Amino acid sequence: MTSILTRALGAPINLNHRGHYVHWGVIQISVANLVVIGLMVAIFAAAILLPFPKGRGRK
Amino acid sequence: MSTATAPVSASAQRAAERNWQGRYREYDLVKEFVVALVAVSVLSVALAALFSSPDEKQINISQWSRIAPNDFVATAATELDRTSGTATYGAPYTHDPSAAQKIGPITPQNWLGVTHPIDTVSDFVVRPLSQVAGDPALTAALTQWSAGSATQQEGWASAYDDALQKAPDNDPNKVATADYGPVPVMLSSLLKVAQSGGLDGELLSQGKFFATDYTKPLLFIADGAYLEDQARAEHLGGDQWGMMKETGNYPGQAWLWLYTVWYQVKPFSTSPNADALVWGLMMLLTPASSSSRSSRVFARFRGGSRCTG
Amino acid sequence: MTAPAASRSWTVAVRQRAVRAFPPDQLLPDKQPIYVAAWIYVFGVLTLAAFLVVLLSGGVLAIEGPQWWHTSSTGHFFNSLHLWSVELFLAFMVIHLWGKFWMAAWRGRRAMTWITGALCFAGSIGTAFTGYLVQTNFDSQWISTQAKDGLNSVGIGAVFNVTNFGQMLMWHIVLLPLVVGVIVGVHVLQVRKRGVVPPIDVDPIDLIPEQGR
Repeated sequence: MTSILTRALGAPINLNHRGHYVHWGVIQISVANLVVIGLMVAIFAAAILLPFPKGRGRK
Repeated sequence: MSTATAPVSASAQRAAERNWQGRYREYDLVKEFVVALVAVSVLSVALAALFSSPDEKQINISQWSRIAPNDFVATAATELDRTSGTATYGAPYTHDPSAAQKIGPITPQNWLGVTHPIDTVSDFVVRPLSQVAGDPALTAALTQWSAGSATQQEGWASAYDDALQKAPDNDPNKVATADYGPVPVMLSSLLKVAQSGGLDGELLSQGKFFATDYTKPLLFIADGAYLEDQARAEHLGGDQWGMMKETGNYPGQAWLWLYTVWYQVKPFSTSPNADALVWGLMMLLTPASSSSRSSRVFARFRGGSRCTG
Repeated sequence: MTAPAASRSWTVAVRQRAVRAFPPDQLLPDKQPIYVAAWIYVFGVLTLAAFLVVLLSGGVLAIEGPQWWHTSSTGHFFNSLHLWSVELFLAFMVIHLWGKFWMAAWRGRRAMTWITGALCFAGSIGTAFTGYLVQTNFDSQWISTQAKDGLNSVGIGAVFNVTNFGQMLMWHIVLLPLVVGVIVGVHVLQVRKRGVVPPIDVDPIDLIPEQGR
């Protein structure tokens, strides 16, 4: 069981390489953080804009 | 979602205060929570399986002293002549009220006093060396040190520290010849103790068995250049927005952006009181943000907004 | 059997107070106002769900102790689970905060909901911070030696010693989760008490109850 877990648990995407950064004036942000923040903004926008499934029973 | 140009109206406020008398819909709260739990669990497992998590190896004093022996000895010299970062820190480590950072006229750093006293000479150098047995040259050096007056000790230590700064590559073997008393023998012995792993144990245990407080070994390592060099190579420095970052390509603590942004801009970035000014500011902003009154003011300034269902 | 109204029993008093404040069908309602049918409203429960995953994954790490994950791939996996569930927890919380801010969710006597929410946010940041301190790797060494300067400069470091691993571990796994957990509980009860805040521009048609309810 442990060996199956061990094989399954090796990360296919290795993020341990040298980091990538975006410099914009005084701002210096890692690409990873930028992706996370970008996703959050996109999800927020989607939450506002996407329609919610119509409810079954209205009272 | 549309953005209103008018602030939150009184009628909107009143509508919010009344118990909702309008239309309802069936809503299964427990099912919603279970669905959310399953979704988040699946997402967490997927992210963990795909990306794992970073685990950069610890740096102990033994490694540091073997990889960067000159940096180690130079740091030990500053501990001995009390010019290191720790020795000149002030509260809560040393009794020097003038060393405290200021917010205007006040120095909150001093308010609770020295609660974790550190004497860099005895804690980092003399005490660890006094545990070494079977080294007559070291024993003689320590005897000479303790027999010297405070002025003599300071003289020896400062002279050696200055000479080390001037030596090419801070190499102890290239220090100019002069009278440094017992200091060169003490520091070269300390290097051997460090390289053998003895200093890691001694600084942590302080003669006890169980130990969970790493303050002394951490402060010693942080007084050197090696730890910071490794951190800056990973863009973790304070002036590199490091507070928000993680090693490698992992996302870090992005939510700390408002804490770290001040360190990047003037007047904070060039101030010797940067920490006190930034943290003092954040101690004001954090409770202010939790106040609904200040949030209301901000929303009104921004014109409010409408989030419709 | 119902106690008389003038009962001196503390148990009865507590029970009556609790039921008065939170009648069962308000504590666990099976219907919500029509405006709750919007995606922006799910981020609170997503945050709560992520909090539970954080606690459970942290609990597994506690079984084997703070060094387990360095030498065990199973331990490393649970560490990864803990890290990513924390990232999700904070992400959902911030999106929840954005939504609540822009809909001025403190309206309608909901100031305590807002305040407890802000305290949850601050408390979670502190908990995450102590988590980074107890990884027992290079990151912990760097973060502790840097953070000490900020905290020492305002006097907090004199009692909250970030380089004291034992202290930070206990804050991270005992004190802070307890405090944050209690505040989260109060926050959720506040939402049940006052109801979910209506949007700023309520559609007038939704104000009219349906016929034949």
